Amino acid sequence: MIAFLKRSEGLWLFVRSPAAIVAAVVAVLIIFGAAFAPLLSPVNPYDLSSFSLFDGLIPPLWQEGGNAKFLLGTDDQGRDMISSILYGARLSLIIGLAAMVIATVLGVGLGLAAGYYGGRFDAFVMRIADVQLALPAILTALLIDGIARGVLPADMQGDLRIAVLTIAIALSLWVNFARTARASTFVQMNKEYVQAAIMMGQRPARVMFVHILPNILGPLLVIMTVDLASAILLEATLSFLGIGLPPDSPSLGTLIQIGMQFLFSGEWWILWIPTLFLVALVVSINILGDFLRDVFNPRLR
Amino acid sequence: MLVIKDLAVKFPSRFGDVTAIEDVDMTIAPGEIHGLVGESGAGKSTVGAAVIGLLPTPGYVAGGELTLGDTDLRALSREEAHRLRGDRISMIFQDPQTSLNPLMTVEDQLVETIQAHSDVGYEAAHKRAVDLLEEIGIENASARIKSYPHQFSGGMRQRVVIALALCTDPEVIIADEPTTALDVAVQSQVLELIRRLADTRGIAFMLITHDIGVIAQVADRVTVMRHGKVMESGETRQVLGAPEHPYTRALMAAVPPLDRRIERFAIPEPEAGGAGAGEAAERWLLEGVGGAATGLRVLDLSVQFAGTRTSLFKKPEPFTALHDISFEVRPGSIMGVVGESGSGKSTLAKVLTGLVSPASGQMHLGDAPLPGAKQRGRGHPSRQLIQMVFQDPYSSLNSRHRIGAILAEPLWLYGLVQEAGARRELAAQMLDLVGLPADAIDKYPHQFSGGQRQRIAVARALLARPRFLICDEPTSALDVSIQAEILNLLKDLQANFGLTILFITHNLTVVRQMADDMIVLRRGRIEEAGSTEAVFEAPQAEYTQKLLSLTPVMPREWQIAG
Repeated sequence: MIAFLKRSEGLWLFVRSPAAIVAAVVAVLIIFGAAFAPLLSPVNPYDLSSFSLFDGLIPPLWQEGGNAKFLLGTDDQGRDMISSILYGARLSLIIGLAAMVIATVLGVGLGLAAGYYGGRFDAFVMRIADVQLALPAILTALLIDGIARGVLPADMQGDLRIAVLTIAIALSLWVNFARTARASTFVQMNKEYVQAAIMMGQRPARVMFVHILPNILGPLLVIMTVDLASAILLEATLSFLGIGLPPDSPSLGTLIQIGMQFLFSGEWWILWIPTLFLVALVVSINILGDFLRDVFNPRLR
Repeated sequence: MLVIKDLAVKFPSRFGDVTAIEDVDMTIAPGEIHGLVGESGAGKSTVGAAVIGLLPTPGYVAGGELTLGDTDLRALSREEAHRLRGDRISMIFQDPQTSLNPLMTVEDQLVETIQAHSDVGYEAAHKRAVDLLEEIGIENASARIKSYPHQFSGGMRQRVVIALALCTDPEVIIADEPTTALDVAVQSQVLELIRRLADTRGIAFMLITHDIGVIAQVADRVTVMRHGKVMESGETRQVLGAPEHPYTRALMAAVPPLDRRIERFAIPEPEAGGAGAGEAAERWLLEGVGGAATGLRVLDLSVQFAGTRTSLFKKPEPFTALHDISFEVRPGSIMGVVGESGSGKSTLAKVLTGLVSPASGQMHLGDAPLPGAKQRGRGHPSRQLIQMVFQDPYSSLNSRHRIGAILAEPLWLYGLVQEAGARRELAAQMLDLVGLPADAIDKYPHQFSGGQRQRIAVARALLARPRFLICDEPTSALDVSIQAEILNLLKDLQANFGLTILFITHNLTVVRQMADDMIVLRRGRIEEAGSTEAVFEAPQAEYTQKLLSLTPVMPREWQIAG
């Protein structure tokens, strides 16, 4: 294992890239904090009995009037900012990751099949992808949201918000995966190992997933990281616009939306702290994605 | 006069500097063609790149002298080096497809180069360009100069590249594998042109190639390189006719002769043995053979591909790759298929293996009819009985799979061995049989050399228990010594297991060594068919005669008995 790490080109490049190291540290800290939010945060922001209106609008500790109980202050409801942010990041990351996984499965599956079969199936899939690209992500999300509101009974809507949001985001991201997977598959189809597999009479699914897929993983991994950042941003945008998660179970986007009301009232921390947190998360994931791209593309070195 | 003395080139890497070449000495006089020959990785291209100052980054010249006339090439500034390139030293690359700009006419490229290096007006530059094209043998040059590169054939395009190199009247031209991408007929014309330019213009050529036949045909002097060092250097007649260094001798012995058949090839420092022990695998193969070998009959086979669409409403004219081909491969024999690029020989392999559907015609494997690709289901027995060894061992093995997984696949797919442990055991035995160590089974393809990979590809084909093996240019991507090893291996396997082999190649010398019968393909038609000895001793078709006369060979007295 150690011998492998010593030879690993990726690790070697990583150690020589300060931006990647900083980004990785920030991303790991945030993901760790979000994953263990119930253990780390002082109060549970979803539990109405755990906070009180009397604690509302307390500034962060270092400002005058700060309270050691609330390191980063509280919002107008008296919710502890640290707790809200950790729980919010948890929701944002869950939705982002789930949407990214769904988009990957859908996009890679369709892209691989389009590249493998070519012809009419390829044209069909790619035209759907073109149509999808022509619709802005927010429009897709509004559409799914509208359908869900119309179809689902009212009492289920609250529970299924997360699912609806995830599917809406996944639908607007799968095209990237499909296009990349298709283009890479075209290249691999001309390689003799694929010809050999087809010639031997192997099943198409086996050729696609056992033979071709491992050889096109590099570019797909890069898109996965970049799209994870997009998914988190998209979720924040939708929540900010009020079609995402409700204020009683706030994600990062919802927190920013709540903070907007205090933009000019002197309580800057309610807006700025979650915003900076979101920026740090998205930028660090993007830097890691760029780094991965460099590792997989020797020509850029 | 180009003088290279004690040249050393290094490439820095994270594990310290890697020495690519060292102690290289060479002197090229005006009008001399100096051959630089060696197998892949010998560092011969690095010598050329160092002379012209185009070493790939981060390589650098670590020591030695490079002088052209009285100019010290190492002391030049960037600016001076840039002016010198093209002015006094030019370069010809391997692939004429990529060394010309496809969006500029030949005239624009020539005139641009001439004007960049000398202060002449358009008229004078144009006249010089036309003269150059005439000199290198392009007919009707004043009209053809307006053409784009794609309107020339491969050989003509390489002539244009040479004209481009001549624009500035250089003293030295470095030609890096200038004929490797060309068919033999075109190759011999380009070599003649190089010889003539050296004689008439007094240009010194550094001819970098892996093909000893090319060297024998045109070079005055030759330097043999291996692992970045000069092995032997001197007059071509001297070095090739009476080689002193054991490596040169071994290299010469590995070159298959065109004018006679030898049973086995001599191998310089075998990378791996011939067919090894692997007794269990051998027994397993023999047990599957059970009975007589299987032949193949092909009758009136035609293949068409969709042509280029010229109109939105008309159906495009189909392009016919094979016209009514008929031939028969005797059971247990090796059939050679020879042809230049575009002759349809690879298409033939694809039809037989069921990757391409024929337009018409019949195929029979043994007594059973062999359906075309569309009618041949995935479970058709021929999927197992016909196996193929591909040209490029770097792309025919899945680089993300371990050797064990690659070899076990046919056993699993065809249900030959049910149990995973037994599959692995047999795969290891098969590796032994093709002459690879047993620990290869847990490695990945990139950990092997080209020759070893080709052995793995052969092992994979054998593990399907085939009756008919198609080898599509199995050695054309390999060095001559490795080629000798693979050909020996195929001969052994064929003799031991009674395989029937279809051996596709563009290399006449290899066919003579391998095949019992042969067919010569040209533009999808059979020009000549017959037993190999008959075709070589008394070729009937004019085309075959031409091919035979143009293949570069070494004079008989230089050949070393194998």
